[in-house]
Amino acid sequence: MTLKKVMMLSATLLLAAPAAQAQISDNLVKIGVLNDQSGAYSDLAGKGSVVAAQMAIDDFGGKVHGAKIELISADHQNKPDVGSAIANRWIDVEQVDAIVDVPTSSVALAIQEITRNKDRVHLNSTAGASSLTGEKCSPTMVHWSYDTYAQARGTGTALTKAGGDSWFFITADYAFGNALRDDTMAAVKDAGGKVLGSVSAPFPNTDFSSFLLQAQGSQAKVIGLANAGADTINAIKQAHEFGIDKGGQKLTGLLTFISDIHSLGLETAQGLVLTDSWYWDLNDDTRAWAKRWSAIMGGGRMPTSVQAGVYSAVLHYLRAIDKSGTDEAKKVVDTMKTMPVNDMYTKGGKIRADGRMVHDMYLVQVKKPSESKYPWDYYNILRVIPGEDAFRPLDKGNCPLVSGK
Amino acid sequence: MIGIFGIPIQVLFGQLLLGLINGAFYAVLSLGLALIFGLLNIINFAHGAQYMMGAFIAWLMLTILGISYWPALLLAPLLVGLFGMATERLMLRRLAKLDPLYGLLLTFGLALVIEGLFRQVYGVSGQPYQVPALLQGGVNLGFMYLPIYRGWVVLASLVICLGSWALIEKTRLGALLRAATENPSLVRAFGVNVPVMITATYGFGAALAGLAGVLAAPVYSVNPLMGTNIIITVFAVVVIGGMGSILGSVLTGFGLGLVEGLTKVFYPEASATVIFVIMAVVLLIKPAGLFGKAG
Repeated sequence: MTLKKVMMLSATLLLAAPAAQAQISDNLVKIGVLNDQSGAYSDLAGKGSVVAAQMAIDDFGGKVHGAKIELISADHQNKPDVGSAIANRWIDVEQVDAIVDVPTSSVALAIQEITRNKDRVHLNSTAGASSLTGEKCSPTMVHWSYDTYAQARGTGTALTKAGGDSWFFITADYAFGNALRDDTMAAVKDAGGKVLGSVSAPFPNTDFSSFLLQAQGSQAKVIGLANAGADTINAIKQAHEFGIDKGGQKLTGLLTFISDIHSLGLETAQGLVLTDSWYWDLNDDTRAWAKRWSAIMGGGRMPTSVQAGVYSAVLHYLRAIDKSGTDEAKKVVDTMKTMPVNDMYTKGGKIRADGRMVHDMYLVQVKKPSESKYPWDYYNILRVIPGEDAFRPLDKGNCPLVSGK
Repeated sequence: MIGIFGIPIQVLFGQLLLGLINGAFYAVLSLGLALIFGLLNIINFAHGAQYMMGAFIAWLMLTILGISYWPALLLAPLLVGLFGMATERLMLRRLAKLDPLYGLLLTFGLALVIEGLFRQVYGVSGQPYQVPALLQGGVNLGFMYLPIYRGWVVLASLVICLGSWALIEKTRLGALLRAATENPSLVRAFGVNVPVMITATYGFGAALAGLAGVLAAPVYSVNPLMGTNIIITVFAVVVIGGMGSILGSVLTGFGLGLVEGLTKVFYPEASATVIFVIMAVVLLIKPAGLFGKAG
């Protein structure tokens, strides 16, 4: 390369850099964590997700193309109307560029519409609805950690193939519970198993003994709990009390987080099989990150998979702004889709056209109290489920972005 | 196999027994509510929070002080009772001469504050509490597997309910208490310290809620919202039984537990609603409740 060429190249680069910088609106990248900070999902997401997002910003260096990165957060109380009002204010008045986390599918679906119409980024880590990347998919959204399809496939297929070929479901009687049950039923049948019965419990519900007794009477080899949060905890606690685990039936929480296991205690939860997208004790990277998180959060808690997902999503988002030189929603998300996701959350994760981040999932079993060597040492990894097997195939979701309709 | 409406009789027996167990919780909780309303005319919305406090105190005693279930069964209700007495003395007393609605608003606010504080400190996902070693395991009854602890809950609540009823209806202390609510100034003229009795009654009602909380800790998730989940049902039980009727609320508690248990067999989706349907019907036909006195 001649000196002249080098000079010209540097000049071009120097000229190009300010141009890219000018494309960051208001010279500020503003990220809003919108989640449940007081109700049922405040332990598994809540403040812990805000901490995770801040860690991503700090690790990135606090600035992108000279623009400051700012973080705000709010409590949507699991109500779609409250969440929508906050999102609209954030976008219209406070120039928020990306809305992150958003547990509770009903709220997430409302935010999906708002961010699509107002052209802002939606990085969802904690909502379960697989329709977010299906019929309701959006060009400005990425679904990061898990969805009901992946949970159902992971647990349903693995347990059925491992000999648990007859199932009974205890379902929380609302949209999420029914979706989770139907997805799992399909997975069980595909894997050659059969479904012996299902009972719909009111939501929320405190006493599950009656439903557990029906499950026990069905003689199914596996009892699937298609519910979440306190419902799952109550059901598992009472299953232990009624000696279901001792009777040879296997119990599985189809959506169980490590915070639920902590709340149950190993004595009660031992032996439980579940699917999760991440575990803090997977390797040195995850451990180091989890310990940093724990030091900021206090209380000796360890992060959940979805909190780690928030970190990963925000970091990848910032990297994409850095690469594309703009914070314009659709362009950033398009750039995110071209870059592999590499961080402590996953290696070689891919974001598909429908917005699904495809990465490995983990089938885990809760340890016996005697196997647990230190606090939060809760899981044995039974199997790594490759992303392609875990998530719904791209052409099966009816996402208009894929079919081009 | 003999069946009723297509349900094997064994299954039916099992569900009835489970209904009875749930009814036991309703009975102890509604007993406290009915007691406070009947004698003090206070609609105690903080009852759910006091129930939650009972469970949490038991958990705190176990994890911090290493105090096991059995002493907690006595100590936790005692502490909740003392807290209740302080509440009555410092706050509720000031509203005694006003419409009961004010007491309802105060206790409702109090419940929100207490739950908010516990949520702030302990989060919502709940704390582990094991069944005490003595009551672990279960017996096979032939038609179902009965955990020993559940049997204990029914037994304990029967004793508590009968004991409380006897205390109010059959002892001199109970008689004084009933007289004091009927005509406080007359009872005071006989040299009885009526305000202290009222404080003690509220404390006793709160302690009953705390006791139900300790009984619930090993079987339900110990979390700050556990009271909110159950209190609405318990209020319905009290309304059906007749506000203020002690024996009525106990009988209704057990009875509705059974009805709920049956609903879980025949039409599980409705099991959360059935109690409220019954409440609506009872209010239409007998507005004072099944055991209440009209007017």
